[in-house]
Amino acid sequence: MDFNDTPEQAAFRKSAADWLAANVPTKEETEGLNRLQIAKLWQKRKYDAGWACIGWDPAYGGRGASAIEQVIWKQEEAKYDVPAGFFVIGQGMMAPTLMAYAQPQHLERYLPKLASGEEIWCQLFSEPAGGSDLAALRTKAEKDGDEWVINGQKIWTSGAHYSDYGCVVVRTDPTVPKHKGLSYFFIDMKSPGIEIKPIKQLTGESDFNEVYFTDVRVPDSQRLGEVGQGWQVSLTTLMNERAAIGAGSSGVNVNLAIQLAKEVMIDGKPAIEDSAVKARLANFYVEEAGLKFTSYRTLSALSRGDIPGPENSIGKLVGAPKMQQLASFCMDLLETSGAIWDSRRSKLADNIIGSYMGAPGLRIAGGTDEIMTNIIAERVLGLPQEPRMDKGIPFTDVPTG
Amino acid sequence: MNFEFSEEQQMLRDQARNYLTQHCPTTLVRRVLNNRETHDADLYKGIAEMGWTATTIPEEYGGLGMSHLELVVIAEELGRACAPVPFSSTVYLAAEAIMALGTEAQKQAWLPKLADGSAIGCFALGEAGGAVTPDQISTAMADGVINGTKVPVADGGIADVAIVVCKSDGGDGATLALVDLSQDAVAKDNVQMIDFSRGHSELAFNGACAEVLGEEGAGWAAVESLMNSAAILFAWEQIGLADKALEQAREYALGRFAFGRSIASYQAIKHKLAKMYVKNTLARSNAYYGAWALNAGASDLAVAAATSRVAAIQASLFAAEENIQTHGGMGFTWEFDCQFYYRRAKLLSLAVGSEKQWQGRLVDGLAASA
Repeated sequence: MDFNDTPEQAAFRKSAADWLAANVPTKEETEGLNRLQIAKLWQKRKYDAGWACIGWDPAYGGRGASAIEQVIWKQEEAKYDVPAGFFVIGQGMMAPTLMAYAQPQHLERYLPKLASGEEIWCQLFSEPAGGSDLAALRTKAEKDGDEWVINGQKIWTSGAHYSDYGCVVVRTDPTVPKHKGLSYFFIDMKSPGIEIKPIKQLTGESDFNEVYFTDVRVPDSQRLGEVGQGWQVSLTTLMNERAAIGAGSSGVNVNLAIQLAKEVMIDGKPAIEDSAVKARLANFYVEEAGLKFTSYRTLSALSRGDIPGPENSIGKLVGAPKMQQLASFCMDLLETSGAIWDSRRSKLADNIIGSYMGAPGLRIAGGTDEIMTNIIAERVLGLPQEPRMDKGIPFTDVPTG
Repeated sequence: MNFEFSEEQQMLRDQARNYLTQHCPTTLVRRVLNNRETHDADLYKGIAEMGWTATTIPEEYGGLGMSHLELVVIAEELGRACAPVPFSSTVYLAAEAIMALGTEAQKQAWLPKLADGSAIGCFALGEAGGAVTPDQISTAMADGVINGTKVPVADGGIADVAIVVCKSDGGDGATLALVDLSQDAVAKDNVQMIDFSRGHSELAFNGACAEVLGEEGAGWAAVESLMNSAAILFAWEQIGLADKALEQAREYALGRFAFGRSIASYQAIKHKLAKMYVKNTLARSNAYYGAWALNAGASDLAVAAATSRVAAIQASLFAAEENIQTHGGMGFTWEFDCQFYYRRAKLLSLAVGSEKQWQGRLVDGLAASA
């Protein structure tokens, strides 16, 4: 066991760090730009220098970097406050799906602009009737000559309002069991018939949308996989989703809670001296450190050239509820003033309350706690699925409500 | 970044697992437990012949001079097997204390025997119940003579040598004594613990001869340091046990049918087992860091030890408790093996300081460095 880079890794880390130091946009360069504009500026600069999507084939703008080099790059880039979230879905989930299923001319056309940040992609999967049970989706596509006509509604589509393209999974045959009647397309988000309505979250922000399809026409050449093979194609996207979302290391942490517990008092003594406070803090730290060291084990596996094991899937399952409970605990330490959500009055409000108010979304996005627990039970422990009432019966005959 | 055991260490783990599968089947644990034997002497002899007791003892004292990284993979397998042997008392506590604090003569006298298994060691701390602090200790040593009573002492009835925590009027309030237990002035009385497969005793010192181990008046600091390494080594036993309990629960759930299907297909059971897996994974990852910190003598060893200990206590108790729950009524019977893990997990959780104590140490350590 040691925590050092190999000489090759150290050399790679140095070249990444040197380039970042010389090229991260300065305050002057970003003056007057919004987050999306800054993100596009930064992404294009990385692309031009060969530091965008470094794991990709050089033909599409990457540098064929190994998995551990990608991690090293991410670690070095994370030292700077540069916006990145806008491209995660397109580069992290849609691109691997395109690479697996799209025609060569599509790869040449779309991947370089995905890498350079000139075009942003979104994922149109979830529907009002199908979240955890994604394959129960109802948006339909009907063949009309060389085109398909899409009607229906998607929901929880992150970034639909600033996306250029999107991947959509639709029902092309309702007369067969639900997983067998799906097909997968990529579409131009500016197509006639697409209407995007932002969803206001309980935080007051709007990160995702409802997307309505009314007679939206998409060429058959933009189909990925065979007709009826949409579920398999979707799984390619979803397998990359967990890798892209990760544990959410931002937000409240135990170190912040300890600082707070040193400042506030319980029964005339600093809260940090209270044994009940210590017990809670210790339990949070066990989870926080346990996740950190689990990720180190994953990095070691990557470093050896292994594919990380399923132990990686606990990141979101442990991290998201921990964020919620730790934020709640910090608010409790502050008593009534813990509920103040006004950054002019409380320097901790943005972090602690931002974590508390945002945590419910993190516990649901990309697989709820319950679905993640099922994944561990079924794929790690090899336990059987629950019996399914809709198994083997035509989608049109499946009970709904 | 290489946060993984070496190939040789993994081979040692496999070797330990194979050996214990053959020589420490659950039927052996059951026999010791049924008869309330203190330990299985043949198994301990075999373990010593494998060299496990000699792992971290330097070669000049008859040991193998290997690192704690080798010792923890053995600890994990001993925990998984619920082995009824005085390994932890001898290796994690007595040998560690003598290696850290002993004079050349003391090392020469005891380490070779502890290494080859011909002597058993123990560690005597508690007297009256509750968390131990120096001012609660009444056992005292003066002019090479020790008086007082310690209870419960793991493996005290079969041990040849004891590390005894005595009070001290100066320094940090404690002095460690090294006591040869073959004297008439030491009375031993069996104490039945929750785990019948692990012998414990009351040791009464009635004017027995004793030597100071380490410095007089520096015993409490020595205890705290010893507890850090012990916490990590015990954690690996607890993790081995927790994994075994999860495997047992999984196997039973898959084969047990209710309402026309395997109970392992119900989310109530699946989520319970997944939760065990999550706790075991967090505990294992924390204990990886603990093992690294112990081996490297890292500056944050105290925090790493406390984190390993708290995580391992939580994972092993949860796994042992919910393993029985998954079995239903059968898990509550004498006939089923679930009881081994339930008894052992709770015993280990109290062996070198409770969860509450270590939560306190963990947060005190974090607060001091924050």
